Parts: sequence; structure tokens; C-alpha cells
Amino acid sequence: MPLPSYALGVMEASVYAPEVFAHGLPSALQPAQPSEGYAEPAGAAANAASPLLSLQGIGLSFGGVVALADIDLSVRPGEIRAIIGPNGAGKSSLINVISGVYRPDRGHVLLDGTSYAQVPTQRLAHLGVARTFQNLALFKGLSVLDNVASGLAYKVRSNFAGQVLGIGRSRGEQRETRNRADQILDFLDLRAVRDRLAGTLPYGLQKRVELARALAAQPRLLLLDEPMAGMTAGEKSEMADFIRAARDRFATTVVLIEHDVGVVMGLSDRIAVLDYGRKIADATPDEVRNDQRVIDAYLGVASDDEDGAGI
Amino acid sequence: MAAITSDFSSTPVLPKWTVPILLLAFAYGIVPLIGSSYLFEAILLPFLALGLAGVGLNILTGYAGQVSLGSAAFMAAGAFAAYNFNLRIEGLPLIGSIVLAGIVAAAIGILFGLPSLRLKGFYLAVSTLAAQFFVQWALTKFSWFSNNSASGVIDAPRLSISGFALDGAVGRYLFALTIVTVLTFLAHRLVTSQTGRNFIAIRDNETAARIIGIPVLKTKLLAFAISSFIIGVAGVIWAFAYLRTVEPDGFDLDRSFQILFIIIIGGLASIRGAFFGAALIVVFPLALSRLGGFLLGDVFDSGVLDMSQRIVLGALIILFLILEPDGLVALWDRTRRRLLFAWQST
Repeated sequence: MPLPSYALGVMEASVYAPEVFAHGLPSALQPAQPSEGYAEPAGAAANAASPLLSLQGIGLSFGGVVALADIDLSVRPGEIRAIIGPNGAGKSSLINVISGVYRPDRGHVLLDGTSYAQVPTQRLAHLGVARTFQNLALFKGLSVLDNVASGLAYKVRSNFAGQVLGIGRSRGEQRETRNRADQILDFLDLRAVRDRLAGTLPYGLQKRVELARALAAQPRLLLLDEPMAGMTAGEKSEMADFIRAARDRFATTVVLIEHDVGVVMGLSDRIAVLDYGRKIADATPDEVRNDQRVIDAYLGVASDDEDGAGI
Repeated sequence: MAAITSDFSSTPVLPKWTVPILLLAFAYGIVPLIGSSYLFEAILLPFLALGLAGVGLNILTGYAGQVSLGSAAFMAAGAFAAYNFNLRIEGLPLIGSIVLAGIVAAAIGILFGLPSLRLKGFYLAVSTLAAQFFVQWALTKFSWFSNNSASGVIDAPRLSISGFALDGAVGRYLFALTIVTVLTFLAHRLVTSQTGRNFIAIRDNETAARIIGIPVLKTKLLAFAISSFIIGVAGVIWAFAYLRTVEPDGFDLDRSFQILFIIIIGGLASIRGAFFGAALIVVFPLALSRLGGFLLGDVFDSGVLDMSQRIVLGALIILFLILEPDGLVALWDRTRRRLLFAWQST
């Protein structure tokens, strides 16, 4: 297991500090936290382990269409949390709110105890959050290696002049970035396509490269927007294995959206179910499978197909 | 499949800098001995200036994905800035004027790059026209820039580096070649660095680039600055080494389009492509005029030449956009691979 523990070490140091901060200081000192809204998080506090990600009363609408209504969600460190629901239920909107692409009309996103009205997208990587996209968002003109290395771009401190002249810290940075990217490529079994242009790869591999790019940053929170969409059954189970392995190896918390209920049931620790922008269930896979509201809204009447294998 | 791979691996592997080094050795060692003054004045000097301008625009448009129609303005800014630095600062070496001129062009580039923070694609291209018209207007309107010359024309100073005069055709060629070589090498280093990869990331998917933590706004402005610096220095070469006397009207929208065509025909996001494109743009009118004169005789006067040049060039651009969007560079690489492969299999 040659994978770097140094990076995690560095990150953890900065990760757990704000948590202490959040609990130890009066709410007035917390950024972007309106003081009157802070009486809420009784639900979050009830959770034994303090949540890494918590959403409080998130509301979002486009024009008159309500995409998300009063969503609460609490994700514990190290958890794999799935968000499922029919098309248009607001799953992608939720991921976009968590990653700061959308600004919610109401509510707050708490990352590690720090509350944001809008998650600052530019700072997202520094906050330890990485995501993939429903429609591939790779850099087609870069090699697979460079795509994965770009996941570490947020850490680069050398300026362009140093990089051009090859002086200062740029050399060490370049080397370390390469090494780290190579380790991730090995981990996700992408070594064979290392130097191919990302745009020339088949779809399933591109999805995996996108996962690799997100993992390169060694995020604490990994948001996956339909990581298995359009894959064959074999590719899906492979991807599920990679996601589980990534969580185990990097202690990453995973929030994922997926349509394939069978895969989700096997992969997730807990599942939140959305329907028409509302959360109708939030429980373990077994509980969700037997929840009458979920069956009505999403799973359909399939009492003889309880393991979800046929879906 | 395996056979092909082994064929390629059995070709004598030369380090990738072999070709550039050989080209440079030829350009420095042999061309000055055998070249005629026509070759330098009419072909090589404009080729070097336009090639460098193409490298500059390619960094902005090809790599960073920000379309610009203001290249000629940055060339003009570089040329007139170098002229004024040279004129007004006593004892400033020529290289100093050129570097300062590049910095002035870079500053103007950043200024007119600001709209790129909000605008994309077609809209950005139109907003860069502002640079084109403003710079040309300012240089014509305020005669201070041309040292109060009545016509707005400036004369290039004598070229010399540490007392070494470079006024002849060969001297100016070597002067231009050296600047172009240094800047092209640095540009190559840039586009293969992390900053260059950030450019491509922003071009290919700006949202993803922002989310993974690439400083998008800063990186865009940096692309404008570096690109304008290089184009500004290309303007200095154009004015000082090639034409020797220039006026603001020489840096009009046509010139901006010419540089854009160079990178489209040569190959977007390719340093070599800029030089392929520049070679075609420079040699093509000369070849066409020779050919026309040979085939049609006196009927082929300068009016007809100008017209036919535009028609053929327009057709070429359309053909390239449809058939080979990656430009002459892709064509060249493919041909070379085929030849190599044919040579291997014999």
C-alpha cells in the first residue's frame, strides 16, 4: 500500500480544526451564519458523530418551479450516502447547491461545522470537497495524467514565471503532482491509458478518469453526480467497487446520486429519497426498500422483487 | 495492432528536441550564407514576425480558449511603445525598449481582457474589437505617440545590440530570429507547465476548472497578459526589423484577422502551428502572384492578384475548418507518420 499518507495527514490537521472551532465558539463568530437561524441544528446535534456535511432547510426554486423544498440532510464522516429519486426530483440541484454552483433561496450548507449561505465554488477544493458531473466534464484536450493532475491544481503555489524557467518550488511541485496522479491512476487501474487524450477514451473510462481527477485532491467530501449513468452492468459493479475502495483507502465521505437502485442498495450506508423536491425518506437501504412512500414514489409496486435485483 | 506498435518502437528514437535544434542550426548557420536579400526582406522577416504573433494569439485563443480579434492592436501597442521608449529614455538598450514594450502591450491586454471575465466566445470576440479600434484611434489621434510626425508614421531606430550594428537584411534577420527563438522556447515551456494545463482546462470546461480550484479569473487575465506581451514584441519585430517605417493604419482589423487565420490554418493549440500558418500566409501571395503572372501574363495585375488572393484564402479557411480543424500541423504529423510507416514496412 504505497499510497500517500502524508497528504491526508496535512489535510486532517486543517480539517478537524474548524470542527472544534464550530462547537467551541459562539455562532456570531461563524462566517455567513445569520444569528437568528442558528437555533435550528438540534437534529444535527442529535447525531452522535458530528456531521461532515449538513444541510439545513435548503429551498431552491427556478422561477415558479420549486426544485428543492426544505431539505435537511446530515452526512457523517466516512459514510457513503446515496440520494435517489425519480427524474426531476431535485437530486442534481442538491449536488449543485452543495458544490456552490447554485445559490439556495433559503437554508444553509454546513461543511465541517462552518455554515455557508452559498458554498464558495472557488474555495471548494480548499475546503476538501471534490465532485464529478452528470455529463462528463473532463478536459478533452489534456492527457489522462494531466486531467488527474489538474485535480491538484488548487495546491500549486509556484507562479507561471517559475514554471516556465523551471526554478523555485515549481520543479518539486511538478514532480509531486505527477507522482500523486500516477498513484491515483494505479489505484483506479488507469495506467494503460495514462498518456491518451481524455476525449478519445470510451465513455466508461472517461467516467473513471473523472473519478480519478476528483480523488486526486484527496477530498474529505466526494460528490458523485450519477457516476454510473450509461454504463453496462459490469462497469457499474466495477465502479461501485472503486467508490467503496476509495472510501476505505482515503477515508472519504461520499455523497452520490444514482438511478440504478440495485447498485445503490449494495453500495450505500444510508439512502435519502427525494420526490418533487422533498425528502420523503432517509434511512438504511433495508428501511428504504420497505418504506411505503418510497415504493409509491419511486420503486413502484414490486413486492416480489425486494432485493432490487431486477431494477 | 501489435505489429504496428513494434514497428513504431523500432524506429530510431530521436530526442524530441532534435528537429528544433537542427532547424535552428540551419537558420543560424546556413540561411545567412545562402539567402538573398529578397528572401530575408520579403519572406523570412514577415514570417518571423507573424509566426511570433501567431504563437502569442495561440496561447490566448488556442490554449486558453479566449477568442480575440485585437491582435493587431497589441502589435501596434508594442511597436509604438518600443519606438517611444527608445526615443525618450536616453541610454536605454534596445532590448530594454523591447521588453518594456511587451509589458505595455501586456497591460493593455489585461485591460481589454477584463470583459472575458463575463463574456464568452462570440461576444468576447466582439468586445476585443474595442481594443482594435481604440488603440488604432489613439495612435492616430495623439501625435505624441509618433513624435508629432504629421502622417503618424514612425521610423525604426538603428538596430544594434551592445554596439553591434544589425542594420543589414541579414542582421535584422538574426535579430528577429533570436527574439523569436527565445520567446517561442519560453512559450513552449509555458504551455507544458501547470499554468498551460490550466489554460486548457478553462478552455475545455470552465465550470469544472473552477470547481477543482483553478483560479479562473486570474488565469484568464494571465493568458491575456502573456499573449499580448508576445504579440507586442512581434509588433516590434514587424516595425523595427521588417518594415522599418510603420503607421497605425498598418495594424488594422485585416492584420488581426490575418493572425487569427494563421492559427486556424496552422493549428489551434500548437506552437508549431503558428509557424506553419505564418509560412503559408507569407509565401502564398508571392507564389500566387508568380503563378498568376506565369499563366495569365499581363491580365494578372495587382488588382486581380489581390482579389484572387482573398478568394483562395477564404476558400482555404473554409476547407480547413471543415476537413482539418486541427490545421496544417495535424496534416503534417499524419503525413509524416504515414511516410515513416511506409518506410518501415519496405
